[in-house]
Amino acid sequence: MSEMRRIAVTVNGRHHDADVDVRLTLADFLRHQLNLTGTHVGCEHGVCGACTILIDGRSARSCLMLAVQTDGRAITTVEGIAPGPGQMHPLQEAFRENHGLQCGFCTPGMLTTLIEFLRDNPDPTEDDVRIAISGNLCRCTGYQGIVAAVLDAAKRMKAERAA
Amino acid sequence: MTVLGNRVLRLEDEDLLRGKGRFVDDIHLPGMLHAAFVRSPFGHAAIRGIDKTAALSHPGVHAVLTRDDLLPYLKNERIVVGLPSPAYRQNRDRPALAGDEVVHVGEPVAVVIATSRYIAEDAAALVEVDYDPLPTIADPRAALIAGAPLAHRDAPHNLLAEFDMGYGDIEAAFSTPGAHVFRESFWQHRGGGHSIECRGDVAAYDAMDDRLTFWSSTQTPHAAMRILADMLGRNEERIRVITPDVGGGFGPKLIFYPEDITVAIAAMIVGYPVKWIEDRREHFVATTQERDQYWNMEIAADGEGRVLGLRGALIHDHGAYTARGVNLPYESAQTVTLPYAIPAYQINVKLALTNKVPVTPVRGAGQPQGAFVMERMLDRVGRELGIDRGEVRRRNLIRADQMPYTKPLKARGGRSVVLDSGDYPKCQEDALARGGWSDFPQRQAAARAEGRHLGIGVANFVKGTGRGPFEAVTVRIGPSGTINVFSGAAAMGQSTKTMLAQVVAEELGNDISNVAVVPGDTGTISMGIGGFNSRQTVMAGSSAHVAAVKVRDKVLAVASHILDVPERDLYIHGNQVMATDAPERAVSLGQIALSVTGTPGFVLPGGVAPGLEATEHVVIDDMAYANGCAVTEVEVDIETGGVKILNFVIAHDCGRVINPMIVDGQIVGAVTHGVGNALYEWMGFDENCQPTTTNLGEYLLITAPEAPHIDIIHHESPSPLNPLGVKGVGECGVVPAAAAIMSAIEDALTPFGVRIAQTPITPQEIVALIAEGRKKKAAP
Repeated sequence: MSEMRRIAVTVNGRHHDADVDVRLTLADFLRHQLNLTGTHVGCEHGVCGACTILIDGRSARSCLMLAVQTDGRAITTVEGIAPGPGQMHPLQEAFRENHGLQCGFCTPGMLTTLIEFLRDNPDPTEDDVRIAISGNLCRCTGYQGIVAAVLDAAKRMKAERAA
Repeated sequence: MTVLGNRVLRLEDEDLLRGKGRFVDDIHLPGMLHAAFVRSPFGHAAIRGIDKTAALSHPGVHAVLTRDDLLPYLKNERIVVGLPSPAYRQNRDRPALAGDEVVHVGEPVAVVIATSRYIAEDAAALVEVDYDPLPTIADPRAALIAGAPLAHRDAPHNLLAEFDMGYGDIEAAFSTPGAHVFRESFWQHRGGGHSIECRGDVAAYDAMDDRLTFWSSTQTPHAAMRILADMLGRNEERIRVITPDVGGGFGPKLIFYPEDITVAIAAMIVGYPVKWIEDRREHFVATTQERDQYWNMEIAADGEGRVLGLRGALIHDHGAYTARGVNLPYESAQTVTLPYAIPAYQINVKLALTNKVPVTPVRGAGQPQGAFVMERMLDRVGRELGIDRGEVRRRNLIRADQMPYTKPLKARGGRSVVLDSGDYPKCQEDALARGGWSDFPQRQAAARAEGRHLGIGVANFVKGTGRGPFEAVTVRIGPSGTINVFSGAAAMGQSTKTMLAQVVAEELGNDISNVAVVPGDTGTISMGIGGFNSRQTVMAGSSAHVAAVKVRDKVLAVASHILDVPERDLYIHGNQVMATDAPERAVSLGQIALSVTGTPGFVLPGGVAPGLEATEHVVIDDMAYANGCAVTEVEVDIETGGVKILNFVIAHDCGRVINPMIVDGQIVGAVTHGVGNALYEWMGFDENCQPTTTNLGEYLLITAPEAPHIDIIHHESPSPLNPLGVKGVGECGVVPAAAAIMSAIEDALTPFGVRIAQTPITPQEIVALIAEGRKKKAAP
């Protein structure tokens, strides 16, 4: 019942030609075929947001997409956020310093969602941040550390731009 | 600067932020196959036969296993996990896979092992199970009435267990002249754990070495190892259970499940590693949850609002099997009076079997329900007697000068309940002050003049933490100089690695980056109890402290010999031992460790025993009781029934704080969980025991816009029971949350005479209560 298709995708800047089962979800493709296990699967019905990735810069649920739909697209996962091996993105640093994560399972989806959000909203209010992550469930933090981290990250990124 | 007590950033974070964590579904082994379970679609049914033919002929399927296939591997077919208690009236241990009867929707009946999860699920749909549906019992109260449908065909009745708890002369209390007596009935419901990572296992059996390796997203790896050994009749030394990173626990992952033993046996049968990852729908129907309690209570108080006695009965929904024991309602019943000096208490508790998912603890373990009962009854006393709700509590709270205070109750293992320390009235006083209690009436009046309905609520709690008897910790330094810490403690997000690293580094150089912590791997330490009951900082922290002190003493003894400097003139800084007066005279931890590995034919330096290592199991039988007070202000929209939390203050005392950042995170997370329990989470079943909330659209977890900002006040009353002076914190915040919120909603709706005797409460129910209140007021 299944058939294979070849797709060409760029993931975190690296080009892949891959043969994929047409029913393979994008999340499973990233996790199990490319071994990019940083993208997490929490509900497989698009509610929890843990599997959020960026496709051509826009956030998307990788559990609700098929791998074949990304042919010709550029994908960013949590592994592709940091500028380099020894460095972290200001958002990652702010999460660490504001205790924006506990078990860390929702974190990849939070980060990808917020990369897009902070790009479009460089100077957000607390309410803006809360709405931005309203599609990402976290059972550990009560969101307070995450919200503090995002506001802190916005400040850091602003300072970086000014520098 | 010391690392203990300071806001130290976490060891766990960098990997998790880079997507380099390793959760159970991130494990890929060569040749690994995938499991999908066939589950009962009925709440109760007989199984007349299972036809695997179609599934087995599906391409990519390696095996389809049912109970009969597992039996040759099982010394014991049942999962025996019930904690000891004389209260049981019947034994309802779970089987690995169902035999000729299923007793809840979601119960595993068969498992398909295939080359991918996709194919395994395709084939699972092809397994034909011939069911004969049987009557179901959904309501635990109805379950206990004679003639009710039986949850199990062979059961004499649906009473799983029954016990009485209490102290004092309850009859005398209620017959005190002038006593005011009030009755209340409560329905309390809590849902599932819903860690964002569901459960999962990877099992690999190495026939050459006769070794079973089992990676599991569990809170209790050593218990899992022992249960596997017991059920399989194997030497426990041939089984290793490893917890990789765990994406949240919240209680249900402390349970050993039918899927766990089935996946282990499947790996032995097919000869390849087998992975099973639970999906969210399975989490709703196969992972344990808390659900329903029905309380009928009666309180007697004197004219000043001093409680004379409290009595009543609790009926608890146990679900279809015993997956942990009677502990959940036991904790509920025991928690009720904890913060207060109440002279007499009596409660009868009955656990009823129903055809639903087994019930076991979720964060808080029945204690939010106990606190809810007490706090709602005190609100009633205050209202009836015209005494401020804060004042009626103050009059009954145990005072600081009464500590330690012995409650005439027994903890589940038989030890006395002794509240070890704390200033409960001061916590309440501070919380009320921060929450603006005294000037709230003005705010409320001003809002009402604008047609807005504000309310304020208060709730105290006392929470038993640090469940004994011990947790194992090994501290070992090898020639690399890394301080390795191994523990039976399990990490599932509570910062356990950082906590242990701080405790150990405090004695060994003050730098947590020199410390590598491995929790939850039975291959590294022989004993362990695991992560639940807010126990690990108390129990593992104490063992880590004592072990680190022993290693430190030896480090200094050997360094003294190597440097020829008296021990009293040495100190450890980072990974070096230095002379106080001559820092150039230094030797590294690695060199010291190397020197005690032994050189053939040579005496060990200073005549010490070999190795730089200590293993400790500090035994602490009594619990450390944390406490606190929550004050919350809400606004209720009387048209929609919507509740907005405007302010939530919690004054909190978990003894000595190891890391304020982490403690705050635990409190905020737990309070938020409690807010969800009060206003959003509901695990529904219909009258046929079919679950009606099986996705995260139907079952509501709180999201960021509804989550209130939590304002925390810290008190630190060190516990005298352990060397660090700590008390547990992980569950505390959840305990008072629903009670405080209902108190506030009721206060907001005073003009309509609304009374709330349940949790959760939905907007629809609030609107209905307002309408009912208006009707009553309008009636002559």
